[in-house]
Amino acid sequence: MSMVQLLQTNAQAAPAKPRPRVRLLPYLLSLPALLVCVAILVPFVTAAVYSLQRYRLNLPYLRGFIGAGNYIDFLSDPAFWNTFRISITYTAVTVVLELLLGLGIALLLRRPTRFHNAVSIMLLLPLMTAPAIAALMWKLMTNPSFGILSYLVGLFGVTDFKWASDPSSALFTVVLVDVWVYTPFIMILLLAGLRSLPRQPFEAAALDGVPASFVFFRITLPMLAPYIITASLFRLLDSIQQFDIIYAMTQGGPGDRLMVFQVQAYLEFFQYTNVGRSAALLMILWLITNILSNIFIKNWLQLRARAHGHA
Amino acid sequence: MEHSSLAGRIFRGVALTLILIFFMFPIVWIFLMSFQTNEQILRIPPRILFEPTFANYEALISGQLRTAAGNLQISFMRNLFNSVVLSSAAVLLALLLGVPAAYAFARFKFRLGESIAFTLLSFRFAPPLLVLLPLSLYYQELGLNDTYFGIVWVYQLIALPLILWIVRGYFEDISPDIEHAYRLAGHSWREAFTRIAVPLAGPGIAAAGLLSFIFCWNNFVFALILASADKQPVTVGALAFVTASGIQYGQIAAAIVLSVTPTLLLALYAQRYLVEGLSLGAVKG
Repeated sequence: MSMVQLLQTNAQAAPAKPRPRVRLLPYLLSLPALLVCVAILVPFVTAAVYSLQRYRLNLPYLRGFIGAGNYIDFLSDPAFWNTFRISITYTAVTVVLELLLGLGIALLLRRPTRFHNAVSIMLLLPLMTAPAIAALMWKLMTNPSFGILSYLVGLFGVTDFKWASDPSSALFTVVLVDVWVYTPFIMILLLAGLRSLPRQPFEAAALDGVPASFVFFRITLPMLAPYIITASLFRLLDSIQQFDIIYAMTQGGPGDRLMVFQVQAYLEFFQYTNVGRSAALLMILWLITNILSNIFIKNWLQLRARAHGHA
Repeated sequence: MEHSSLAGRIFRGVALTLILIFFMFPIVWIFLMSFQTNEQILRIPPRILFEPTFANYEALISGQLRTAAGNLQISFMRNLFNSVVLSSAAVLLALLLGVPAAYAFARFKFRLGESIAFTLLSFRFAPPLLVLLPLSLYYQELGLNDTYFGIVWVYQLIALPLILWIVRGYFEDISPDIEHAYRLAGHSWREAFTRIAVPLAGPGIAAAGLLSFIFCWNNFVFALILASADKQPVTVGALAFVTASGIQYGQIAAAIVLSVTPTLLLALYAQRYLVEGLSLGAVKG
């Protein structure tokens, strides 16, 4: 908030007839939002408490406080490390692919011609498709008996490719769906960033005959960096929590091949009714996302201040 | 900067074509599939030209799905109706709660305000199951499980941060001077809010509302956990559909088309605001 606004806020509270209502006003206005906050924080604290308990829905009489027991169990549990490894792999692969592809597309569409704008609007459609539904679309397309993609890879001599139902290609398949849905997200943010960059450095470089690769690595990329960081962190935070696509596609299978954090936690809760373990798993995920989101919010606030002219 | 060489132009043309094919093909293909009979879908090689049938849509609308094992009653229209009710109610509630709060956060500097704004923001990025699983136990005790109200309430997790942060940006962009002049003319605070601030921030409020609607509509995990069959929206309903055995593929495709059409149309309509909405107001399009 700018100095001017601050002064005016004070001026508002100070006039001749001091009315306490004005001071109360902001609190009254934000009361409902506060209520929602509380409604979020209560279950959150509850989850933190559950994570310190032995708590199974099917064995209620065994319920009790076990300190860090659930967490310590994870350390020697191969299933946990499998979940950890797969979540990290999934996140790293999707974010890197989407970033490269999204940046490439944004660069291709950089000039605001009518055709480029039309293309960028069309690319919004996958992003606006519900991820769970997108997974179903790809499931239909990769069906071994009639799926068009199975047919197409068959033309190239790859017969019997099982996509999501084979452990060796399951990760590839869900990554493909994630890339299809979320690349446009990176693209649209970077495109807006690219188009908002000042023109002068590029004009000067063109006048001096600077080679294109130098312009890209020394001017475009550094100026675009805040946008790239914000877009990647957005994706990183969502991707490490991916649930919809994986659950709709394979429910974490085949076997435990796609057991990412949230899918594993969901199954711990509903299939094994182990509330304590499920909560501990989610708390670990929360810790990871919380570190990331603190970095994210810092960067995002700077971009936001710039976008709204308070920089 | 511009590659005007022939090789450069050819490269760009080929790249853009491949990109368009990759991102558009699934939508086009499923759309075509929804007008095909099972025999047409199972035909190898697949054909792009075929005699379209509306039977899949008719079956979905009547709720009578013909399968190999006889008639199956699945009310997908009910899911569609649930999606409309849940998403609209959630956005309406979020606007009622969020717009005044956004105004307060933009106009008054107060500690609690920032805390609320940032708590909501940070929970936008927390694992949803972390809140949902304990909440489902609370809901069972409170009798809120499987009620429209209970689901609409958790949808605030999606809609409220979005509305709060986008609309706040719009309010901050409006100079407070206009409201001050209006206040000095003897109007109350409430009049300044409803007659000056809200109309000026109108486009932002509309954009935030449309976007939250899309995100609520597309949500899957909340209703998966909190709703049973008769309250489920299309995202969960469509999945149940696929796992029910013997359903014709064309009918699944038609259900997908019906599920995504509303959001895709809204997205096209609101595309001007999407950049700002997707970045919670950090990037302007």
